[in-house]
Amino acid sequence: MTLKQTFLGAAATLALTSGAALADPALIFDLGGKFDKSFNEAAFAGAERWKEETGGTYKELEMQSEAQREQALRRLAETGANPVVMTGFAFGDVLNTVAPDFPDTKFAIIDMVVEQPNVRSVVFTEEQGSYLVGMMAAMASKTGTVGFIGGMDIPLIRKFACGYVQGVKAANPDATVIENMTGTTPAAWNDPVKGAELAKAQKAQGADVIYAAAGGTGIGVLQAAADEGILSIGVDSNQNHLHPGKVLTSMMKRVDNAVYEAFKAGPDLETGINVMDLTAEGVGYSLDDNNAALVTDEMKAAVDAAAEKIKSGEISVHDYMSDNTCPVS
Amino acid sequence: MKRLPDWADVVLVPLISVVLAFVISALVILAIGENPVEALQIMLTGALGSAYGWGYTLYYATNFMFTGLAVAVAFHASQFNIGGEGQATLGGLGVAVVCLAFDWPHWTLALAAATVGAAVFGAAWAAVPAWLQAKRGSHIVITTIMFNFIGASLLNYLLVNVMRPVGSMDPATARFPAGAKLPTLFDMTSALGMPLFKSTPVNVTLFIALAACVAVWLLIWRTRLGYMIRAFGRSEPAAVYAGISPVKITMYALLISGALAGMMAINATMGEQKRLILNAVEGAGFIGIAVALMGRSHPFGVFLAALLFGFLFQGGAELALWTTIPRELITVIQALVILFTGALDNMVRMPLERLFLALRRPDGEARR
Repeated sequence: MTLKQTFLGAAATLALTSGAALADPALIFDLGGKFDKSFNEAAFAGAERWKEETGGTYKELEMQSEAQREQALRRLAETGANPVVMTGFAFGDVLNTVAPDFPDTKFAIIDMVVEQPNVRSVVFTEEQGSYLVGMMAAMASKTGTVGFIGGMDIPLIRKFACGYVQGVKAANPDATVIENMTGTTPAAWNDPVKGAELAKAQKAQGADVIYAAAGGTGIGVLQAAADEGILSIGVDSNQNHLHPGKVLTSMMKRVDNAVYEAFKAGPDLETGINVMDLTAEGVGYSLDDNNAALVTDEMKAAVDAAAEKIKSGEISVHDYMSDNTCPVS
Repeated sequence: MKRLPDWADVVLVPLISVVLAFVISALVILAIGENPVEALQIMLTGALGSAYGWGYTLYYATNFMFTGLAVAVAFHASQFNIGGEGQATLGGLGVAVVCLAFDWPHWTLALAAATVGAAVFGAAWAAVPAWLQAKRGSHIVITTIMFNFIGASLLNYLLVNVMRPVGSMDPATARFPAGAKLPTLFDMTSALGMPLFKSTPVNVTLFIALAACVAVWLLIWRTRLGYMIRAFGRSEPAAVYAGISPVKITMYALLISGALAGMMAINATMGEQKRLILNAVEGAGFIGIAVALMGRSHPFGVFLAALLFGFLFQGGAELALWTTIPRELITVIQALVILFTGALDNMVRMPLERLFLALRRPDGEARR
């Protein structure tokens, strides 16, 4: 009897909470964790901005392991959360099988294209943003050698690298770019120790500006660069504040805007592929008090001019993922 | 004379251990400012309160049955196989190789072949540590745990460089063909006209796990090999005196153990994920140790302990979903249960034995 009461009570509590959660949006963070100061944290910032402006509530979930992706996704969709936003390409395969089971729920996935009628695929033109910071790196470098440290070795990160190299060469055709990847598995997104080692190795080879496109691993790169007295470039979020005066700029990938817009649209979320490019302010470089002294007027003028040319189509930055090759290295 | 009656040994001791673990967990939850009663309710309703919860609980329990049996069989030969994680990882590789090799016409054929693949790969991964133990005396605990790392690295290499489909960024194999899709309990209950366990991964492998429990019981207590394994486990010199070869028995016990651990992958890789991914085992290899300890290496005990850990796993997942209790704390709760049921077993057992002796004494005198 008492056991039954407990169960009924619990069921009622659950029913009430799930009722309240109806049509709340939900956000799932990928393995790097919510506070990676980079990719996932940008998504978190977007969700928080939405919460502050609308006073609404949202559900969030951090992935614990590869194997639980499907369970987490289904569970959130079942609670009536709408839309369900997830960060990272790794959800692509799972979403492809889950989305058809919930035709009335809208999903948004960042960094991956999933062709389902109820999915919004948000992709960024990282090559354009990386091109701009590449120009800045080349102009700030005194040695003529700059570095790139990627996270997991996947086409997406090579796209960052390729855009960066193109930008570097555009500003200084004689510059050398050293490229390293942290690893080949998702663990590479969260390995700041290895990031720091790679940064020190690149410095030893003469690099004096290092661009980190590596999620949580980038924290180690930025730290090591600051310790070694060279400049670094952050990614995804504005990371200039991590080491004021030592981070040249950050390649802003407005994951926060993507999440914010998805939350704001709610169940009426427009599906299909959504390209966040320079024109849509999906990517760009950051300028604030922390790096104002590092970015010269000349640098700013050159980069802004290049940005305008990219927008107008005068400069076309090659997208690595379009053919899996890079014209420069 | 036994100090404890059987029912107390099998039921009471683990039960008290679990209750103690929950009490400590409740204190921890209280300390971080959450309500432990509410947390327990969420775990109970989430794992056992609906057919959906049961579906996941049984799915996890299936995993733990295999790994628990694996550890239990090795225990009977007094070998501590803590390489279940690596053996299950390799079992997953076996399943993937088999499933991707052909366009399977029917799931029964695919299941039979995948079972063989999983068992062979799992056993092969246990074979090297087993041989080193049997022939060279290299301690099995050291070698099996090292093989876990080698297994993880091997899978890592294969998924990144060899088995990843062209154009995919995810380190995982392609989806298995449709013919290799195992029927879930939902499919089976739907066919019987009373659909249950909708959209849960519990599948036909559950019955293989139950059959494995029976088979291990038969093996250990009803066959000559089982007798030899137990004799060897109790006393090696006595076994040698009786003409039992330590090398053979060590090899047999650990190969069977590895095969059972590998078979876990039928459930996880073939039944749920339907492709081989990194870290598909999710620590089930280690939980198998706790399951075997708690189940006192008896297949029925393993079955019950697997259910308990299935409940903890699914309840923990629900807790992470519905509360702000951080995910690390759920691991703490699971660890406390392992600590109390496994390592601190005697803390409960000894006072209980004294209690039973004290209760029995007047009773015994009365009989005299």
